[in-house]
Amino acid sequence: MKFWVAVIGASVAGFALKWIGYVIPERWLANPRITAATAMVPVALLSALVAVQTFTGAGGRLEVDARAVGLVAAALLLWRKANFLVVIIAAAAITAAARAAGLF
Amino acid sequence: MITLPGVSADPDVSPLSGTVERASAKRQALSVGLATGLYGISFGALATTSGLSIIQAQILSLVLFSGGSQFAVVGVLGAGGSAASAIATSSLLGARNTFYALRMAQILDVRGWRRLGAAHLTIDESTAVGTAQGSVMAQRLGFWLTGVTIFAGWNLMTLAGSVAGNSLGDPKRWGLDAAASAAFLALLWPRLTARPAQVLAAAAVVIALSTSPFLTSGVPVILTIIAAFAVAAWVTRRRVAPRERRAR
Repeated sequence: MKFWVAVIGASVAGFALKWIGYVIPERWLANPRITAATAMVPVALLSALVAVQTFTGAGGRLEVDARAVGLVAAALLLWRKANFLVVIIAAAAITAAARAAGLF
Repeated sequence: MITLPGVSADPDVSPLSGTVERASAKRQALSVGLATGLYGISFGALATTSGLSIIQAQILSLVLFSGGSQFAVVGVLGAGGSAASAIATSSLLGARNTFYALRMAQILDVRGWRRLGAAHLTIDESTAVGTAQGSVMAQRLGFWLTGVTIFAGWNLMTLAGSVAGNSLGDPKRWGLDAAASAAFLALLWPRLTARPAQVLAAAAVVIALSTSPFLTSGVPVILTIIAAFAVAAWVTRRRVAPRERRAR
């Protein structure tokens, strides 16, 4: 029963959180400063997400492991203007290799 | 030099032609969609080993449909936590979707059933691919195609993972977790040529990493919205200031 309450409750809340963003009246966001902020929010959230996904482990503790090796490789390839798919595949392969080699 | 997609911050002055732009949006959407969809296997496997039924795991992937939130529900329940705690933790991680939705609502301009669909597909990946494109048409294509591809892949792989369990292997062994971060970085990359975006990204990384050991998961990422507002205030003031000076 507890599991069902959690599954249904989290699903309803999760959809509601997405829906709210689409039904907030446009005039609330008409201020140029708010419009500029809304356009910039994805950059902030996604940058933070990359950092958290790569450099934190259990309990939010900072960690540097094979994921960091993959991300650095991705950054170098992007800097060298590599193709999108090449960057993703290389990051995965290098992370997998670092893990398999037990480097971290 | 080949121009990367989404180089221009202004959707109307894209350096790429429409066809090239759409092809690029499509390629990015499909690669991100496939890599993320495959990861559903680890969600399905973790859900059932944590005590959820196959149907419960599938409802989370079908209805909650937000990776971080889904792993949170399973993690809390698997550790013996209460339903309320599972819902709260999941919602903290899902709160960033509200902010993605605010942005995507401006780009997609959808009503009725399409708005329901757009809301449902509003997650990290679809927003990342959508906002990375240089024209509104490519932004819309990138968002919808990424969302639909992930929805299909994620749900199929959830089922595969929850039925077969860990026997299919851990996607981490293939480095799929790093592939997701690399994809986000690649999508952000062209936008990081402008100074305000660079400052914002650096501030966001510092805020998220420095608060992550102390705050519950989801909150460190959401906190970076403060930085977005600060940079937006700085940019709009810079843009408005010369006009005000002329007026005087």
